[in-house]
Amino acid sequence: MDVMPKWADVILIPLISILLAALLSALVILAIGENPWEALKLMVNGALGSTYGWGYTLYYATNFIFTGLAVSIAFHARMFNIGGEGQALVGGLGVAIICLFIPWPHWSLALIGATIGAAIFGAAWAAIPAFLQAKRGSHIVITTIMFNFIAAALLNYFLIGALKAPGMEPATPRFPEATHLPSFQDMFNFGETTLFRGAPANITFFVALAACVFLWALIWRTRLGYEIRSFGHSESAAKYAGISPTKIIMVAMLISGALAGMMAINNVQGEAERLVLNAVEGAGFIGIAVALMGRSHPFGVLLAALLFGFLYQGGAELALWTSIPRELIIVIQALVILFTGALDNMVRMPLERLFLAMRRA
Amino acid sequence: MTLLQKFLGASAALALTAGAAVADPAILFDLGGKFDKSFNESAYNGAERWAAETGGSYAEVEIQSDAQREQAIRRFAESGANPIVMAGFSWATPLGEVAADYPDTKFAIIDMVVDAPNVRSVVFNEHEGSYLVGMMAALSSETGTVSFIGGMDIPLIRKFACGYAQGAKAANPGVTVIANMTGTTPAAWNDPVKGSELTLAQISQGSDVVFAAAGGTGVGVLQTAADEDILSIGVDANQNYLHPGEVLTSMLKRVDLAVYDAFTQGEDLETGFNVMGIANRGVGFAMDANNENLVDYGVLAAAYAAADQIAAGDLAVHDYTSDESCPALDF
Repeated sequence: MDVMPKWADVILIPLISILLAALLSALVILAIGENPWEALKLMVNGALGSTYGWGYTLYYATNFIFTGLAVSIAFHARMFNIGGEGQALVGGLGVAIICLFIPWPHWSLALIGATIGAAIFGAAWAAIPAFLQAKRGSHIVITTIMFNFIAAALLNYFLIGALKAPGMEPATPRFPEATHLPSFQDMFNFGETTLFRGAPANITFFVALAACVFLWALIWRTRLGYEIRSFGHSESAAKYAGISPTKIIMVAMLISGALAGMMAINNVQGEAERLVLNAVEGAGFIGIAVALMGRSHPFGVLLAALLFGFLYQGGAELALWTSIPRELIIVIQALVILFTGALDNMVRMPLERLFLAMRRA
Repeated sequence: MTLLQKFLGASAALALTAGAAVADPAILFDLGGKFDKSFNESAYNGAERWAAETGGSYAEVEIQSDAQREQAIRRFAESGANPIVMAGFSWATPLGEVAADYPDTKFAIIDMVVDAPNVRSVVFNEHEGSYLVGMMAALSSETGTVSFIGGMDIPLIRKFACGYAQGAKAANPGVTVIANMTGTTPAAWNDPVKGSELTLAQISQGSDVVFAAAGGTGVGVLQTAADEDILSIGVDANQNYLHPGEVLTSMLKRVDLAVYDAFTQGEDLETGFNVMGIANRGVGFAMDANNENLVDYGVLAAAYAAADQIAAGDLAVHDYTSDESCPALDF
């Protein structure tokens, strides 16, 4: 059944897709009269050339790991959760409430509390679409995307009302000192040189890595994971085997929402240290591309999240040091998503034919 | 080991290229983008004017997300850019954190106050400029009803509305002032469709002069006012040219002057509190070929007289942000 060896599926296809996207991006940059080679060097240097660059790349990657894992677990149950954006926003609300209203003695306890709060809020936001899907058959794609808008409205309501700090901005007050998470700059301080100076990457990155391991174990090493996967492959077969569709839909979506919500400990508690409007900034949607590219495998998600972290930080450097307009930087990022996510078959089908021909020969 | 060497070499190269850009000024635009025909564009024009006059070059960035604010300030400061000017009140929080780390770099922030020894805080007396266009609106209105459309409902925009209502009522005590805000979120800065709907609603309530202080939303307000044949008033930059003969005037907020001034002073930028009012031509209203036939001589004379009085300190316009209340308008 498998035409291609596994390595070709996991490594070769994404690699070719990225190369195609890079080629097209180069043409775009050339068309506006900039040097694509210089632009690439700037992106690589800016994102990976210093601990500062890595600090930003890993910060963005942490966001994308959480949302990518969230989409992945839902994919395994053949659920398309495109509500990561809203679940992460509501997760941020949970983090804000927990950090603002509980007097935490130490950041480590605050981290545990905020993680639980973010997960519960995110899961609760996913629970309603999941319930509607499981009990009423309302399509999860429609309901989750609508819940993104409701989440944004809910956040507006709190940020201009109950949680607003005095002043112009719709944002919460700063979280108390004790809840501030150690950044990489604090953690890797070896005296003479400052590493990761000013970069927002923080201890949450390791929580994200732990989440990868947890999800891998859950999907491939537990009974629940087996049930989720079999439900995803064939609902009728799963039912025949005595697996309850309602339970699987609910559980998969709750885990998915919890993971998306947990992104908030990185961007809300770790970086901003307060809750602002639009705190998620599209990471929920990037998670879809990350999950597609990572083939819904936690390790693949990690790699894809790093790639998108690189694209984000590299894009920011491009905006800072060249006159490439920010709209075109979005075009470059979009090309990568297009090729790795949506145009997967464009690369896959010729490659499959190639491998078939090689096998016959 | 070779990998590590590569990284070190790369960061050294980056440090070298960064060091080459010594002492160019830098401008940081807000999320609206530099071509918003309003606030950011005005800042951009100021920077361009400086570049054209001095032949100098400057660094600039349009950020894509809030997370990039602190990053952009730090990167420019580390590259040696001086002074670093940022347009918009949202820069205040990151600047407040970063300013102390770069004591040798001068910063300027427009529309907000950051209390640090190396920061110049530029604030505008928008209420004074709005007062003048409010007078012109009331004197030009035939129905006795004028209106205001704000962007996001924040104290800064209420300051515009309050000045406008005071001016209108000073010119014609019997005038009715209608005020609406587009929304309560940053999306309200760029919603021309909603701006257009609000304009139509205000016209149905009798308004025949509308003042838009709403960023990109104002484009829709001015368009609808022109379509419906009522007068409109632009904001921040001179927007008279958008619909020649239909825009009564524009309330000028000379962000360009603030940027130009900061760039010109360069590394010796005078820090502290910098108020741009009518007295130093920081705010005002626009007269040009597009609107000279719209404004009667009597209207113009009244506006100039009031401007002189404000500049001389004989006439005080109430500032909404001073006590969060307005004597001429209820929100």
